Amino acid sequence: MTARPQITRKKLGLVIDLDTCVGCQACATSCKEWNAGGYSAPLSDHDVYGADPHGAWLNRVHNYEVGEGEAGRTVHFPRSCLHCETPACVTVCPTGASYKRAEDGIVLVDPDTCIGCKLCSWACAYGAREYDYSHGVMKKCTLCVDRIYNETFEPEDRVPACVKACPTGARHFGDLGDPESDVSKLVAQREGFDLLPEMGFKPTNKYLPPRAKRDATAAKRDATAAAISKPVVASIKPTSTEAGSVSAKFFAWADRVLSD
Amino acid sequence: MKSDDRPIALSTPAADEIKTTTCYMCACRCGIKVYLKDGTVRYIEGNKAHPVNKGVLCGKGSAGIQQHYSPARLKSPLLRVGERGSGEFKEISWDEALTLATGWLGEVRNTDPKKLAFFTGRDQSQALTGWFAQQFGTPNFAAHGGFCSVNMAAAGLYTFGGSFWEFGEPDWDRTKYFMLFGVAEDHASNPMKMALGKLKARGVKIVSINPVRTGYNAIADEWVGIRPGTDGMLVAAIIHELLATEQVDLDYLGRYTNAAWLVTDDAGNAQDGMFARDEYGKPMAYDKVTGLVTSAGSAGQSLALSGEFKLDDGRTARPSFQLLVERLLSPEYSPEKAEQITGVSAQTIRRLAAELAHTAFQEQIELDIPWTDTFGQHHEKTIGRPVSMHAMRGISAHSNGFHTCRMLHVLQILLGSIDCPGGFRYKPPFPKTAPPPNRPAGKSGTVKPNTPLPGPPLGFPMSPADLLVDSQGNPERIDKAYSWDAPIAAHGLMHMVITNAAAHDPYGIDVLFMYMANMSWNSSMNVVSVLDSLTAKDPATGAYKIPKIIYSDSYASEMVGYADLILPDTTYLERWDCISMLDRPISDPDAAADSIRQPVVEPDRDVRGFQSVLLDIGARLNLPGFVNDAGAPKYPGGYADYIVNHERTPGVGPLAGFRGADGKSYGKGAPNPDQLKRYIENGCFHIHHLESDQRFYKHANKSYLEWAKSVGFTGSADPIVFQLYLEPMQSFRAAARGHGAIQPPDGHRKRVETYFDPLPFWYPPFEEAALDGDTFPMHAITQRPMHMYHSWGSQNAWLRQITADNRLYIHRDRAKKLGIADDGWVWIISNIGRVRAQVRLMDGVNPDTVWTWNAIGKRSGTWGLSKDAPESTTGFLLNHLINELLPEQGGGYRFSNSDPITGQAAWYDLRVRIEKARGDEAHECFPRFEPIACPVTTAIPRPGMVATGSAKVVLHSVEKSSL
Amino acid sequence: MHPAYSVILFTTASGAGYGLLVWLAASALIVRFIPPGTMPALLAFGMAFTLITAGLISSTLHLGRPERAWRAMSQWRTSWLSREGVLAIITYPVAGLLGLAWMFEIGGPILTGLLALATIASAVATLWCTGMIYASLPTIRAWHMPLVAPLYIVLGLATGGVLHNLIGRLLQERMPPSATGLALAAIVVAYFMKSNYWETIDSAARTYTAESATGLGAYGKVRSLDPPHSRANFVMREMGYEVGRKHALKLRQLVMLALFAIPAACLVLSLLTGPGLSLILALIAVVSTAVGVVTERWLFFAEAEHVVVLYYGKDVA
Ligand SMILES: Nc1nc2c(c(=O)[nH]1)N[C@H]1C(S)=C(S)[C@@H](COP(=O)(O)OP(=O)(O)OC[C@H]3O[C@@H](n4cnc5c(=O)[nH]c(N)nc54)[C@H](O)[C@@H]3O)O[C@H]1N2
Ligand SMILES: Nc1nc2c(c(=O)[nH]1)N[C@H]1C(S)=C(S)[C@@H](COP(=O)(O)OP(=O)(O)OC[C@H]3O[C@@H](n4cnc5c(=O)[nH]c(N)nc54)[C@H](O)[C@@H]3O)O[C@H]1N2
Ligand code: SF4
Ligand code: SF4
Ligand code: SF4
Ligand code: SF4
Ligand code: SF4
Ligand SMILES: [Mo]
Repeated sequence: MTARPQITRKKLGLVIDLDTCVGCQACATSCKEWNAGGYSAPLSDHDVYGADPHGAWLNRVHNYEVGEGEAGRTVHFPRSCLHCETPACVTVCPTGASYKRAEDGIVLVDPDTCIGCKLCSWACAYGAREYDYSHGVMKKCTLCVDRIYNETFEPEDRVPACVKACPTGARHFGDLGDPESDVSKLVAQREGFDLLPEMGFKPTNKYLPPRAKRDATAAKRDATAAAISKPVVASIKPTSTEAGSVSAKFFAWADRVLSD
Repeated sequence: MKSDDRPIALSTPAADEIKTTTCYMCACRCGIKVYLKDGTVRYIEGNKAHPVNKGVLCGKGSAGIQQHYSPARLKSPLLRVGERGSGEFKEISWDEALTLATGWLGEVRNTDPKKLAFFTGRDQSQALTGWFAQQFGTPNFAAHGGFCSVNMAAAGLYTFGGSFWEFGEPDWDRTKYFMLFGVAEDHASNPMKMALGKLKARGVKIVSINPVRTGYNAIADEWVGIRPGTDGMLVAAIIHELLATEQVDLDYLGRYTNAAWLVTDDAGNAQDGMFARDEYGKPMAYDKVTGLVTSAGSAGQSLALSGEFKLDDGRTARPSFQLLVERLLSPEYSPEKAEQITGVSAQTIRRLAAELAHTAFQEQIELDIPWTDTFGQHHEKTIGRPVSMHAMRGISAHSNGFHTCRMLHVLQILLGSIDCPGGFRYKPPFPKTAPPPNRPAGKSGTVKPNTPLPGPPLGFPMSPADLLVDSQGNPERIDKAYSWDAPIAAHGLMHMVITNAAAHDPYGIDVLFMYMANMSWNSSMNVVSVLDSLTAKDPATGAYKIPKIIYSDSYASEMVGYADLILPDTTYLERWDCISMLDRPISDPDAAADSIRQPVVEPDRDVRGFQSVLLDIGARLNLPGFVNDAGAPKYPGGYADYIVNHERTPGVGPLAGFRGADGKSYGKGAPNPDQLKRYIENGCFHIHHLESDQRFYKHANKSYLEWAKSVGFTGSADPIVFQLYLEPMQSFRAAARGHGAIQPPDGHRKRVETYFDPLPFWYPPFEEAALDGDTFPMHAITQRPMHMYHSWGSQNAWLRQITADNRLYIHRDRAKKLGIADDGWVWIISNIGRVRAQVRLMDGVNPDTVWTWNAIGKRSGTWGLSKDAPESTTGFLLNHLINELLPEQGGGYRFSNSDPITGQAAWYDLRVRIEKARGDEAHECFPRFEPIACPVTTAIPRPGMVATGSAKVVLHSVEKSSL
Repeated sequence: MHPAYSVILFTTASGAGYGLLVWLAASALIVRFIPPGTMPALLAFGMAFTLITAGLISSTLHLGRPERAWRAMSQWRTSWLSREGVLAIITYPVAGLLGLAWMFEIGGPILTGLLALATIASAVATLWCTGMIYASLPTIRAWHMPLVAPLYIVLGLATGGVLHNLIGRLLQERMPPSATGLALAAIVVAYFMKSNYWETIDSAARTYTAESATGLGAYGKVRSLDPPHSRANFVMREMGYEVGRKHALKLRQLVMLALFAIPAACLVLSLLTGPGLSLILALIAVVSTAVGVVTERWLFFAEAEHVVVLYYGKDVA
């Protein structure tokens, strides 16, 4: 069935915290590693030791600079399939190889029926489909479907490879259809957002925005304002301990404190 | 709802067998689980149970398969047949290789053991390699620390018996304010990332002090884009502000530091600036209760931190703290002054100081953990000052790094935040005494044929008496470590070995033996000159100035082509290793832990684990300890045998866990034949959790220190006193002033006197001070990419897709001024050369700074890459621009481009000028080198590749004139 | 979008083929533009089927798994590509029967009429589906427009019409002027539509932004610092194709000339000239149209920008 299921029992997906992601690429390489031998095998690479090394990756990490000057920031931005609720990548597929699971909402490509027409990659707004040139079929993030239900794994290991690897804990996996799930709560609390909402694909994956820069003094400025001294004026003699010098004041204080 | 989804195999077993071991895609030492399927490695994941990474795995670790199966893997021992640098070798058998090596080394040992220089790079077996050097009898041993981060390690160990990384870390779970100085990635790759994630989850403020805003620094709440080389000034100004606002932990200073110790005022005499000591050598202080100058360090004293006191002999003395305060409260270190130097506004500096003080003192932590200090005083609660810091090479890789690191530790100490809840915390076996008690061995007279050194070659000098210099003051070591050039070179100066050996300065050597260090490329400064040194010949004899080079690598690196005999190592999945308590183990602040690597697959090539090879060579050389009384190899089972059965001192071996016949002893105990089995059953590590009353204030924690002594971590249970004022520095300074038997040569006096200041201070980095700021107006630095480990990531089929070449990053506004557009090509010009590179414009960089990723540029022909790989056509090294020597001093002597105290290579002192490349110039990097023949990758078709002579820079005609 | 030659050849050749079928069917229905008989039928229908088949074969070259091409027929309920496949297949027997009826002059007017109507319907529907493959993609602004599917039909008719004109003139001394006139009309309509298309895409507000793609707009302008990999990946190779504006404008002029002006002029002149010259003119028109339509199709891809470029350093799309 290439028609999308009207409703899926679960909406499994990822929540990616852009405030925490340091751009380490662990999610990209662990994804590559798992999938190169799993459901998506082979995940081909080309000219790997040559001038133009490139290959199919199901997860890629971008870097952006946003804003200018003091307000500027650098944001690391991992990008993979968002397992959209109404994705065009499924409906355009002429073979039905591209499908969305009614069970959990995972969007998959059936490597046995895909003809490699690449139309789904044109239909995806997020660049999430990666054609495997050697295999001749389309590849994409499987949400590690062969891990998350894998009964040969310990229950706590039944998470996507990228989530398990991510050293900062910037990646979260769960049911975004269940408002009570941890991921849904996190999204609500941190005001998670959709990418390109105007495209109308209703991504399941959510991104958590970088937080407002915390200035530890903001809440406490009053407490510390008093403590912030006037500039030490340059006329004070360097090593003088005469009364009135900064050092003398300091030592007088030190003495007071220590004799308490 | 019934699932109408098509059936797919959801539970395919991913492995036939899963084995645990330790990752070595970098030096972080995470625990991994290796999935084996059909005899090959299918998948590698983090081991949840492992103390280092708790299940996570970084970008490199997850690409381990591609390293393990890299086509650049060496396949068998190699003997050079062409000229050095040609890359022409013939394969030989191990027997031939070992016979040859033993012959070369045996001759050296029989005649003059110091003619062996044995240097190791990214090595995790220094307990073994150092022991080999010691038993061989050469002082010329070190690992890579000298060009890596010895400033950090030495400054920490001398100041408070610990340091960052393996020595300690912030209390990530409790800290409320975190400052990160000059770190892009660091060794604790995964722990640091996990920690940052924790801080984020708890909403802790993270402040980044870094000229570049990427990676960790990008997620900081506040980015302070400091000018390189000026952190010492910034920190000093923060201290200035804390002192001026009277916000330091005086009580803590009195208890745990030498703040009260009296410094003798005796200008012109040897004792000037030294601590006043009693007849037992114990430092003196002024007790305010008794009104007497008395020995410091007893319970119940109330010691003066300021004042001027008369000593019995009539001289005056002042508490060291007073000197520190006077230094740092002076206008030299005011925020205004610091603003001019660092580019960080005085207002920001004041605010940072206020935030630190507020967090440390107003948000103090009190844990209900009772403990007892070394004075016997019982504390009901454990008090914490929850501010923490971490710093790395942005601080240490400068010629003022030692003092800057000291300054940082002094800040931590003034805030009372060493080994307390929320502050910095030691990892056992640290703390050790400040500094640790071992002194470098290898003094003249002790280096004798067929004789082991009296102790390990590396150590911590306390005074000129500990230096390794001859009666003329000339260096005893080939790298000039522990000489007047670098008296506290606690990790040696690996970066000077090749240059010095070729120049026969201070003497010529016979065999250069190196392990795991790409010295002909990314780990050397001024690569062209190093290549010259490697290939230099004596015009009279035609022999190489460095006669024999033995090298162990696993891959076809740039260095392989410059060695004579190659001992091919395994990959990390094919061998035994041990991350030992005798070296730098994997402990965390609450537990002592060590670990092993086990071979999870057998090598499919004729390669051997280097440590086993070293044990074999040692046995063939009949080195004491390597053979038994009968002269037979003591560890016939190779490294695994050694790990289990070697005893450094009775009962103390490489691994602390599962000792004793029953495997129940910890730390000390008889060798246990089942030890490795037990480690493997336990996930290839062992962890010993500290009792709750041992976990904080370890430097003065009775229970902890007694336990540490009992398990052999330390020799005594005395408290570790923090050295705000570093007396050993003064002892060197006194020598420079003409006191004592061992004095620096005249050309060195001023330098030693200036930099051996017992109190931390800031001075401009040497290159900045030496060069004209208008000609070389910019700083040039490198950063480690999180997904690449130095040179060895480029052979990795996956990792090199992420970064196959590197750009020069420059601030958008500065580029505009220079007329440079994004993606344009520029010349980076230093005082020794020029490099052409492609730029990328960015905003998040200090405008006076350019930077690039480290070690991406490769020599054509190496690493199993095709000749036209971007790594060698558009990727570049900044190393070509960094001089290994400073400009001539008076008398023509050239010091190495290093910190004057520790000899740490000053990579980040580099100053450059950026010029737009002309439109008609090639869009490729410069310089490009002739390809080296790659000895192993004949399997990969590489048309037109020819072996060429020793390295020559391929000069393009247009550039010739401009060079 | 990367202009893949297999897809360009497919859409242009089969487009002309279906267009030609429409003209043939229309001539069966209304006036015999082309005489009945074996030769004419073989030539005309043969030409149409050859073009269509060559196009379809060429399209499978674009597939990673051509041997599975048959699977592409299965999703006609949702996929325009599938529908196109199904209709392409249906068109064969329908038009084939019409051709047979033509060849052997059998079937009578009613049956022929019905077959002709069916051929027109399936050929136009196929063209519509081809157009809709592109027009249905919201990710590509230059395609996601109401004009695109009709354009595919009209361009099919125009290119088919020019061919039809040539075939007609090959088979007989005189081509009914109405046939040439209708082809001319198709060219003129196509010209207006294509001009309008270009105007539309040139003036369309580019409302997708890097800020929206990353969701980071609240923090300011978004600039790509480093791409995820240092060499282009599939997505950039396929979707990141860029044609220089100047180059594109030149090519547009070529299209104006080769696809519209020259064929139109030839057709007009051929109405005024004698058989010999008009045949030559018809031939010139065909060659010119071929060049024009291939260029037009190349531009259709090359000028189309995919939103995914927003992740790779473009500000707007
Ligand atoms: N992924 C990966 N991890 C590694 C390595 C690797 O190659 N790859 N190498 C390992 C090794 S050997 C080491 S030594 C460690 C090094 O770990 P780091 O010290 O993190 O390594 P660098 O990349 O040298 O980072 C130096 C940082 O300091 C900044 N910096 C430069 N000059 C200054 C300055 O004057 N002041 C301040 N405040 N900042 C400055 C740079 O911008 C950069 O961010 O990493 C280890 N970990
Ligand atoms: N410009 C610039 N240069 C720098 C730095 C910088 O920041 N900027 N950083 C400096 C620092 S801190 C360091 S530590 C050095 C690092 O530089 P190196 O110590 O040279 O590190 P690598 O490049 O990793 O090279 C180590 C060698 O070990 C080999 N190797 C890898 N695995 C194994 C193994 O299992 N067994 C054996 N026998 N060999 C193996 C690799 O193939 C490689 O040839 O670079 C220094 N150079
Ligand atoms: S693994 Fe985590 S921190 Fe690293 S790039 Fe991916 S999301 Fe970011
Ligand atoms: S992200 Fe792309 S591939 Fe994934 S479901 Fe959405 S449209 Fe389809
Ligand atoms: S490439 Fe495969 S999955 Fe994508 S649309 Fe074509 S047949 Fe479907
Ligand atoms: S869920 Fe699995 S397939 Fe998807 S990005 Fe993560 S690791 Fe890759
Ligand atoms: S940080 Fe990464 S590469 Fe280093 S040991 Fe850990 S997993 Fe391996
Ligand atoms: Mo290092």
